[in-house]
Amino acid sequence: MTAPHGDSRPAIVLLFPELLGTYGDGGNAVILAQRLRWRGIGCDVLTVGAGDAVPEGGTIYLLGGGEDGPQVQATRQLARSGAVHRAVEGGAVLFAVCAGMQIAGVTFPGTDGRPVDGLGLLDCTTERTDEPRAVGELWAEPVGAQTSLGSLTGFENHGGRTTPGPTAEILGTVRAGVGNGNGTEGVCATVGSGRAVGTYLHGPALARNPSLADRLLADALGTTLEPLPEVDAEADALRNERLAAVQAGHLDGVAHRTWRDRLLRRN
Amino acid sequence: MVVTSAPALPFRSRAAVGLGRTVRAASRRSGLGEGSVIGGRAALVADPALLARLGWWRRTTLVSGTNGKTTTNHLLAAALAAAEPGSSVAANLEGANMAPGVVAALAADPTAPLAALEVDERWLGHVLERLGPCAVVLLNLSRDQLDRTQEVRRVADGWRSALATLPTRHVVASADDPLVVWAAQRAANPVWVGTGAWWTQDAVGCPACAGRIRFAEGDSDGGWRCDDCGFARPARAVWIDGDDVVWADGRRVRLELTLPGRANAANAAMVLATVTADGAPPQQVAAALASVQEVAGRYRTTTVAGHRVRMLLAKNPAGWQEALQMLAPAVPVVTSINARIADGRDPSWLWDVPFEQLRGRFVVATGERRHDLAVRLAYAGVQHTTAQSLREAVQIATTPGSHGPGERPTGQVAADVIEHDPPVRTTTSLTVRVPDVELIANYTAFQDYLDDVGRHGSAEVPR
Repeated sequence: MTAPHGDSRPAIVLLFPELLGTYGDGGNAVILAQRLRWRGIGCDVLTVGAGDAVPEGGTIYLLGGGEDGPQVQATRQLARSGAVHRAVEGGAVLFAVCAGMQIAGVTFPGTDGRPVDGLGLLDCTTERTDEPRAVGELWAEPVGAQTSLGSLTGFENHGGRTTPGPTAEILGTVRAGVGNGNGTEGVCATVGSGRAVGTYLHGPALARNPSLADRLLADALGTTLEPLPEVDAEADALRNERLAAVQAGHLDGVAHRTWRDRLLRRN
Repeated sequence: MVVTSAPALPFRSRAAVGLGRTVRAASRRSGLGEGSVIGGRAALVADPALLARLGWWRRTTLVSGTNGKTTTNHLLAAALAAAEPGSSVAANLEGANMAPGVVAALAADPTAPLAALEVDERWLGHVLERLGPCAVVLLNLSRDQLDRTQEVRRVADGWRSALATLPTRHVVASADDPLVVWAAQRAANPVWVGTGAWWTQDAVGCPACAGRIRFAEGDSDGGWRCDDCGFARPARAVWIDGDDVVWADGRRVRLELTLPGRANAANAAMVLATVTADGAPPQQVAAALASVQEVAGRYRTTTVAGHRVRMLLAKNPAGWQEALQMLAPAVPVVTSINARIADGRDPSWLWDVPFEQLRGRFVVATGERRHDLAVRLAYAGVQHTTAQSLREAVQIATTPGSHGPGERPTGQVAADVIEHDPPVRTTTSLTVRVPDVELIANYTAFQDYLDDVGRHGSAEVPR
């Protein structure tokens, strides 16, 4: 088993968590690293702060959710550095959540709402609309090459609506919640010999969707991975509980609400 | 104009107070709860100016911030009562901290010349404008309830404009939280308190210039500075030095709190700085602070099925960081997590909590979102299991070697042997036995537990 860049240890690169880490998305780095270690594959987690140099030798790069201002700041830095582009072209994987997916696309809304150029790794454009902010449980069924991932579950919290372009692969179709906004959820692309995957799923996404975590790892390492039945039984308990809540119509993520909670506005 | 006793209220306000009282009593009788929020809301509908009418003439201190409001307000109420024996203090000690809760607290004690009021951070400007307090205590600002408060900076900006336009005699603010310093900077004469900085994730962006703030490394007392604009920790008037609180003028007093943890030492230092600013002797205030043993159920030790359970509340990553630091060594932990509206509906903040610190302990996850927590604990390498109810969780936690009914313990690190003859911690005022179980719950999970064990009276749970 080898990393894409020779025989060095795989590196999970968490990009700018102080700018794009509002929704616990840093957890995705913990999850990917643990899933490698549990399989006996040593790896490093590199946290890149705003202003620090972005390494080019990463195996998986992670972008999380955040506000408009930090989003523009992160994009500027990534565009200037070019390191993520070069790494993905060379076989690395970018996993970009929410604001991260928006900036990985072609354009996204800046602080004044006007389009700002994104990184262009994903074929999608994001716009601000008059529709209410999408906040709540998101459930999507994967399509195409993604079908084997199984149901995708997470919590979404975003104002933008994302339109996949003509060359875009989508991650899935929305069964509950908003997702991209046109009935689809997420955008993926093969870039050179690497992959870029964008999604609106928080939770963090890989805690709720271990099959997606393993897909990212397999794509990045160019190999298949053994199952992790012990931890994934716990992830399944979480997935089943969340999917059942969504299917019961609890889109706001609240499954249990008594008349007393309503009266006291405690719930 | 100095007013020392309650002025007569207009008819409309008296009627509103009466209505609020009736609604509150009905709420209590029907078993709904304390009823202070619902009663206060009814009273405010009847007289929208009621907050100012009930409070403008009192000597009021407001407490706000993300974490520690309720605890600090308990400490403050005790300190004010000790500093002015014979003067009663109106206080919202149960933690109802928006306008209705504040109104209810003032209406419940209509003649008290002093008031100690905690205020939700988003309501501070509103309450400040209506009550014209003598002092405002600003504790900290960190992320809370992800899907509700999108940006903690917006709160800081709101404070800043309110404090700049509404003169307050004493603004007592943490010098170690850049967002709080940004907010309090334009107040007339802020008293900066060195509380120590342990939670810096939400403050790395400079509020003045969006540059990068660096905290001195490896030392919670080293200050901070923005790389770009030079915005930095202001000179402190009061700070914590070991077990003491120290004033820049050389005064010093030993803190001997019953409440655990460095966060509560910081809260106590804020109260000391506030109450002594009006001349109260530090020793006398410190003694009053030491007498506070529990705060609306928090830190209370209850008995569940014969096991001593200490109850800790933690609502967000910064609060969890502090709660984890308070845990007695080697004691098993029960954690209860809900994600209702009052908690924030997205519990993904669990991934910002350093649960890795629980390695070596046995943890039982319960609450409506126990599965989110269980997955987090698995990746943190903490031995754990889940339980459907708090009572079941306590049972499992106190049975060494038990894997619990139908549960599969996982985790990469074996639990230490559970110590059942625990050591004793001694403070000056009383001896605290180490509990059998530490319970950490977030907001509604904690309220559920209080409903279970009873808010007042005996903490023993009937089986």
